[in-house]
Amino acid sequence: MTGTGNIVAALPFPTAAKPKLADSQLRDNLRRATHTIRDKRLRTVAELPEWERLRLAGAAIKDDVLARLPELLVEFEAAATAAGATVHWARDAAEACGIAVDLALSTGTREVVKIKSMATQEIGLNEALEAVGITPIETDLAELIVQLAGDTPSHILVPAIHYNRHQIRELFARRMPGVDLDALTDDPAALAEAARRHLRARFFSARVAISGANFAIAETGTLVVVESEGNGRMCLTLPETLISVVGVEKILPTVRDLDVFLQLLPRSSTGERMNPYTSAWTGVTPGDGPQQVHVILVDNGRSDVLADPVGRQALRCIRCSACLNVCPVYERVGGHAYGSVYPGPIGAILSPQLSGAGANATLPFASTLCGACFEACPVRIDIPEVLVHLRQEIVAAAGATPERAAMRAAAWVLRDRRRYSAALRAARRFAAPLRLVGRPDAVRHLPWPLTRWSASRDTPLPARETFREWWSRERA
Amino acid sequence: MNARDEVLTRLRAARPSGAVTVSRDYDPPAPDGTDLVELLTDRLLDYRATVRRCDAAALPTVLASLLTDASVVVVPPGLPSAWLGGTDVAQLTDDGGLTPGQLDLPGAVVVTGCAIACARTGTIILDAGPDQGRRVLTLVPDRHICVVRVDQVVYGIPEALSRLTDPTRPLTMISGPSATSDIELNRVEGVHGPRHLTIILLLP
Ligand code: SF4
Repeated sequence: MTGTGNIVAALPFPTAAKPKLADSQLRDNLRRATHTIRDKRLRTVAELPEWERLRLAGAAIKDDVLARLPELLVEFEAAATAAGATVHWARDAAEACGIAVDLALSTGTREVVKIKSMATQEIGLNEALEAVGITPIETDLAELIVQLAGDTPSHILVPAIHYNRHQIRELFARRMPGVDLDALTDDPAALAEAARRHLRARFFSARVAISGANFAIAETGTLVVVESEGNGRMCLTLPETLISVVGVEKILPTVRDLDVFLQLLPRSSTGERMNPYTSAWTGVTPGDGPQQVHVILVDNGRSDVLADPVGRQALRCIRCSACLNVCPVYERVGGHAYGSVYPGPIGAILSPQLSGAGANATLPFASTLCGACFEACPVRIDIPEVLVHLRQEIVAAAGATPERAAMRAAAWVLRDRRRYSAALRAARRFAAPLRLVGRPDAVRHLPWPLTRWSASRDTPLPARETFREWWSRERA
Repeated sequence: MNARDEVLTRLRAARPSGAVTVSRDYDPPAPDGTDLVELLTDRLLDYRATVRRCDAAALPTVLASLLTDASVVVVPPGLPSAWLGGTDVAQLTDDGGLTPGQLDLPGAVVVTGCAIACARTGTIILDAGPDQGRRVLTLVPDRHICVVRVDQVVYGIPEALSRLTDPTRPLTMISGPSATSDIELNRVEGVHGPRHLTIILLLP
């Protein structure tokens, strides 16, 4: 069954990306934020000489989970149920929303507090709650920013990455009820303080919380949430009822496996040695925390992804967002251009697989195949490999197009070294006059049939000499 | 078919075959000469926590000095009573009934022990043991003072997790005060959890 919900782009990627490319404020915000996090990640990763071994173990644990998923899910269900939780199953987004909405309605509550969760965004739970008159209150600072702005998230980890501090200050001043304007500066500490005051009463009065989970441990029935601000702890501790929406691929076999992921995740996501707070709970603990605990296990297209031998590695993803932060395409267009709640390199391979062929067909082309995402990925998802695989499927499914003809021609040329050298020489002859007019190394607009290719990218002119030619000249 | 059976059937049909071996060679020993207490202190200071060191005899005095501007001390049921012997600040011992509103009083400070501490990442693990209490106690007050015995300090996360007596108890791993990286991806301390974290390293 293919996945549904907020994973299908409304516009093809090139159309959605175009206005973003023209937004220089957006590009500045993105560049500053992604570069800050990239540098931090490199520093903390370099502290661990065993990083590669951790990545290999992380990938292997997830592959083992994918091979044993049905048994592990049943094991999780039995352990969580024995510990006092109620486990529900959902085939798709609508079914998952239906279960969560019914559970919330049965408590009689009018509002729920929420911990940031990709799964609930994916299934469109906020919209479903609003439709029955329940107000979902996002409690993560960045989610709150996005919710106050009436906007949608643009990054997995930092949904408001496209806002800078001045814009956030303006937004709080205009939209946050009862905000103290005198104390509100654009200092991040003042902004965090405003969010604390705004949400504190909500936490104390909330009767229902909704979360996702970073990990679900089969052996014990334990759920784990990794966070920073303490809003997660508030939601997991104070309300009477806790509803957690969990993708089936979040399973880990044993508590011991957490040791790998609690090292991989924080360093890859925020570049910290450890995130400020990690909470783990197993069903109901009498006298401590929610006494009504529900877990909704969601497929929503994941079983289809699992069936693809090349594409299934996308299910290893732990949503750290490292691949977004190193991606040259993401850095220029931001998360919204990808349409789905999963942006960036992982979104380019996960969204089209979850939603099935047809929808999201342009997403696997939203990449330069530079490979930075694979290098950064803590569970070694070979994103370029999956991109190429999906492109082939999409091209095979489509009829003849100029792109397809060009790709075919390129394949023919690339198969033979003599043809390749001849093509390069021809390209240089074609490029020579262009060097005289525009920039010395790139051209803005290519003639048809390559007009669309060059609509949003500069095309480098071929080098004056190939490496092979230089080598034979120097060494001959 | 109900949702559970349908999802399981689909996953059975889709999954890859063959066993996967996981190699567990990712847990290096501490480098020779590593001083775990020094390492933990360095990490905690990096998170902008406050760190003190003392022995058991000095602990009541050190705690008293940290509590001078507290309005009330929140106490888990199993906190050793000698620890707070040096202070006359009002105590609020949790019998399981303290409400978030009571814990949110201005100037409230909670004092706890911990289950285990991981030096390499600067992480304190609470497992709701008697000297730590319910999760809400260490969440709502604005200051948390946590006493860590030196024999509770281990090097890495794998050892820390393996030393937990019962991983199904509610676990809270704490690495510094509450913080956010949501504004321009820079860490800022102080959002919803305690904005001030003080660790007292209890030397033998
Ligand atoms: S694909 Fe890898 S790098 Fe990207 S979010 Fe997932 S785990 Fe992180």
